[in-house]
Amino acid sequence: MALPPRTAVTGPAAPAPVRPSRTPAVRTAARRPRGRWLSPAAVNAALALAVLYTLFPLVWLVTAATKDAGGLLAGDALSFEGFDLAGNLSRLATEGGGIYFRWYANSLLYAGAGAALCALICVAAGYAFDKYRFPGKEKLFGAVLLGVLVPTTALALPLYLLASRTGMVNTYWSVLVPVLVNPFGVYLARVFSAGYIPDEALEAARIDGAGELRVFWSIGLRMVAPGLVTVFLFQFTAIWNNFFLPLVMLSDQRLFPVSLGLYAWHGNAHGEPSFYPLVVTGSLLAVIPLIIAFVTLQRHWKAGLAAGSVQ
Amino acid sequence: MSAKARAAAVLLTPFFALFTVVMVIPIGYAVRLSLFTEQQSGLGFGGTHTVFSGLGNYAAALGDHAFRDGFLVLLGYCALYLPLLLAGALTLALLLDSALARARRFFQLALFLPHAVPGIIAALIWVYLYTPQLSPVVAAMESGGLGFDFLSPSGALPSVVNIALWEWLGYNMVIFYAALQAIDRSVIEAATVDGAGAWRVATAVKLPLIRSSLVMVALFTVIGSLQLFTEPLILNQGSGSAVTSSWTPNMYAYTAAFARNDYGLAAASSVLLALAAALLSFCVTRLSARSARGPRPPLAHPKGRP
Repeated sequence: MALPPRTAVTGPAAPAPVRPSRTPAVRTAARRPRGRWLSPAAVNAALALAVLYTLFPLVWLVTAATKDAGGLLAGDALSFEGFDLAGNLSRLATEGGGIYFRWYANSLLYAGAGAALCALICVAAGYAFDKYRFPGKEKLFGAVLLGVLVPTTALALPLYLLASRTGMVNTYWSVLVPVLVNPFGVYLARVFSAGYIPDEALEAARIDGAGELRVFWSIGLRMVAPGLVTVFLFQFTAIWNNFFLPLVMLSDQRLFPVSLGLYAWHGNAHGEPSFYPLVVTGSLLAVIPLIIAFVTLQRHWKAGLAAGSVQ
Repeated sequence: MSAKARAAAVLLTPFFALFTVVMVIPIGYAVRLSLFTEQQSGLGFGGTHTVFSGLGNYAAALGDHAFRDGFLVLLGYCALYLPLLLAGALTLALLLDSALARARRFFQLALFLPHAVPGIIAALIWVYLYTPQLSPVVAAMESGGLGFDFLSPSGALPSVVNIALWEWLGYNMVIFYAALQAIDRSVIEAATVDGAGAWRVATAVKLPLIRSSLVMVALFTVIGSLQLFTEPLILNQGSGSAVTSSWTPNMYAYTAAFARNDYGLAAASSVLLALAAALLSFCVTRLSARSARGPRPPLAHPKGRP
């Protein structure tokens, strides 16, 4: 059930009527006998199977979050036996003195403030790389691109040791400062700057007597706003999903983001099954803001992925 | 200094200051740490002192079969994961691009959604779906006569691959789909006029044109695989026996640092991991540059996206 058979595409499909399609390319193809297995029904069935695979665990998460520990342990998560969503939510709010919502607020702080600052920093750098000429520019940009390839988890340990030397370990800063840097964001911002900001607009502002920084602030930044949102969205997701860095840096539960808090609770669940519904319901709430962001901002993540795909 | 040079410097400074603090210095510090080792004096009563050990930590890491086994696990993981991911994402992207697909926006979004789920939560969901007492999947499989213990030591690799596949299939599909959409439609029409069927258009025209996307996705997937940590950690926590605490090199480094407090060894294994990533990306980009033929795909214009 979880894994859609990939052979579905090549399997025998009912001969579908040749329907007029949008491009002449495929109309010709569909008329050829060889292309018959590529019928609309087969294509859409294959896509639907893949969607079943991607959505099933999310559907399970929603139904499981409505169950008490007994109903969850019965394994019959797709029915509504043991329905207790309200009970789960109230236990979530009270467990550990309401610490879950503190984790939630921490995640919002780390991801919100971190992504906003990071996006601004990346866009400023990307704009400078796109609009100005200076010696050593492409070498510097090469260094940024090398940064994309550095495994972030290989950095976490030395970051931890540096932070512990400077007394930053186990503070908000230890998780917030490292996420302000995203070399890939600079790359994206440069592509966006080239695409969105025509040089003529900047020239016009200069002729009007605006200084360079003023031109960036009131013309460049406004015009590249969709790119800014894209970098923000990507970084927000990355920080919200971040697990390794907080795991290494934080020991005070009150500073945890949701991801680390749920991990700690999951560790309790083996000895104390009443934690299972807490982890599941907490996971559902932690996923919701990102799902909403991706559904409402589709245009932006698609643009970001498209820009990233043609290096 | 001209006004423009000054503005460029002001705009670049925040990024490069942070870049130095958070990436360049830690890399240097990791290399330095990896060359030293902590030694306990006497019977351990005199505290510890740090001594230069040259490449001793590297020798210790490479000489430890637990570390080497971690790379074997990664090799097996990539051998299973990479073909499934690339073939799956590519097939889905070609299907979506084939003009026979309906409801493209819905399919794209539904396939992409798992990527919005934090890795730790994806791992938790799947571990629950793997756990016999909790899972409707295991129950359904068993009633269908398909007993498979996802949490056994031999089931761990496919279990982790499945979680990763679930998280990244749609993401990479969208990348391939965007690259396919950027292909000049007249090229495809020309091929069709020449008598190429849909299959031949896909393999002989579309695939070569999105080569660079394929290479890039493969590269980032392999670099990502080297960092494998979260999913096996959850499996390790879950069953206690499915995976060991040094199952992947990253877990080895984490354990060395935080369970054994051997920072030199942890730094050396981190540096080796980063070197492996650098070596791989160098080889992949070299290979793709050498074999690159034909026109590169046109640069996707952010504004040109639907």
